[in-house]
Amino acid sequence: MLKGHQTWVFESKPTIIASSAVGGPKEAAGALAEDFDVLHSDIWLGQDSFEKAERKFLEDACEKAIEKSGYKKEDIQFFLSGDLINQIVPSSFAARTLGIPYLGVFGACSSSMQGLALASMMIDGGFATKVLAAASSHNAAAEKQFRYPTEYGAQKPPTAQWTVTGAGAALVANEGQGPRVTSATIGRVIDLGISDPFNMGAAMAPAGVDTIKAHFRDLNIDPSYYDIIATGDLGAVGHRIAGDLLIEDGMDIPKEIFTDCGLLIYKEEQQVFAGASGCAASATVTYGHFLNRMRKGELKKILIVATGALLSPMSYQQKESIPCVAHAVSIEM
Amino acid sequence: MEKFIWAFVIGGGICVIGQILMDGFRLTPAHTMTSLVVAGAVLGGMGLYDPLIKFAGAGASVPICSFGNSLFKGAMMEYELHGIIGVLTGIFEITSAGISAAIIFGFIASLIFKSKG
Repeated sequence: MLKGHQTWVFESKPTIIASSAVGGPKEAAGALAEDFDVLHSDIWLGQDSFEKAERKFLEDACEKAIEKSGYKKEDIQFFLSGDLINQIVPSSFAARTLGIPYLGVFGACSSSMQGLALASMMIDGGFATKVLAAASSHNAAAEKQFRYPTEYGAQKPPTAQWTVTGAGAALVANEGQGPRVTSATIGRVIDLGISDPFNMGAAMAPAGVDTIKAHFRDLNIDPSYYDIIATGDLGAVGHRIAGDLLIEDGMDIPKEIFTDCGLLIYKEEQQVFAGASGCAASATVTYGHFLNRMRKGELKKILIVATGALLSPMSYQQKESIPCVAHAVSIEM
Repeated sequence: MEKFIWAFVIGGGICVIGQILMDGFRLTPAHTMTSLVVAGAVLGGMGLYDPLIKFAGAGASVPICSFGNSLFKGAMMEYELHGIIGVLTGIFEITSAGISAAIIFGFIASLIFKSKG
C-alpha cells in the first residue's frame, strides 16, 4: 500500500525466513567476521577471473540462504539480484545456475535494498510466496571496472573506499519465523555535481538524506522509532556529510542509532580509507550482522538506507557528475 | 656528496610536482604521467633538461620527464640526418629500449603471475 509520496507499507509484513552473508579474506579479518556464514581465504575462489569469482560468492550466498530456510530452490518462485559489474552478469549468471525465475535489479550499491523492497512487494501483493533477494560485489572486479586494475597500483586518496568482496541473500516469504519487512521508501535520483569516483560517499550522502527525510515524512514517524538507522556505504566522509545535512534540515538522528554499514564491517587498522562500499557492504552487514542481532533480540526495529552511485565507467570518463539514489527498507522483529 | 643531495632534491621535487598534480589538480595517474613527459619534452626543446641532468644526475634522469626529453632528442637526431620524416622515425630512437623492455617484461610477468587483487 502506498503511503505518502514514495513509501510502500507492507500490510502482511513479509518475513525474512533465512538470510546469509558470504565474504572474502579481508571480511574474515574484519570486525563482523562472526556474522558471516561462509568466509573464503582467497578472492579468486578457484576461478580464472574476478568476475567469475564474484558470481561464485553470489551463488554461495543464495545456496546458503536457501539451505538455512529448509526449503529447496524449487520452492522459491523468484530471484531478484543486482551487482556492480557491466550488465550485472554475476547476478544473471548466478540466476542461470540457480534456475529460479529471475529479475535483475540495478541500483548500484542500493541494489541490495532495491531487491529486498521489490521482493517484499511481490510477497505482500500476493504475487509470490517465496522470493530470494541478493546482491554482490567484488573488490578487484569493481576496481578494474570503475577505477584502475589493482595491478596498476594507482594511488588512492583518503576519501576513497574499499569495495567489499562478498554477497548477501535474504529469503522473503509470506509465512514463517524471522524479522519482518514492514515498509520501504524508494528514493529519487539526486546529483549535486560531484564527479570524483574516489569520493563516492560525498556524492551519495545527499541521496541518502533525501530518502531518510521522505521515509519519516511519508510514515509520519520520528527517527527514535528505530533502534538503528544504517546507511549503506557512505563511509566516514559521506556519513558525516549526511549527518550534517540532516541536522541542517532539522532532523537530528541520535549518534548512537545512526550508523553506516561501510563503517562497521572492517577494523580500523585494516586500511580501508574512508570505509567499505559496494552492494555487498549493505547486503552482508544487513543480512548477516543486523538480522543476527534482531534474531538474538538485541534490535527490534531497523532502517537500512542503501545508497548507490549510478555512474558508469563511460559517464565519468566523459566528465559527467555522479547521480545517486538511496532506497530505505524498514525491518522489524 | 653534494651531487647526491641535489639528486634527492630535484628528483624529489619532480615527484612532489606529480603528487600536487594528482591531489591538488585532481589529475588521474595517467594524466599526471603524460603531463610530466610533455613537460620533459618541452624543457628538452628549450635546451634546459640536459643541463638539469648534468646538475642533478639521476635526480633528473630517472623521473619520467627524462623520457620526454629523450623523445625530443631522438626526434631531433633523426631530423638532422633525414629531415622532417626523421622526427617520426627518430622519436623512439633513444627510448625504444625502455618501451620494448616494458612490453616484453610486462608480457612475461602476466604469463607467470596472477593478480593478488
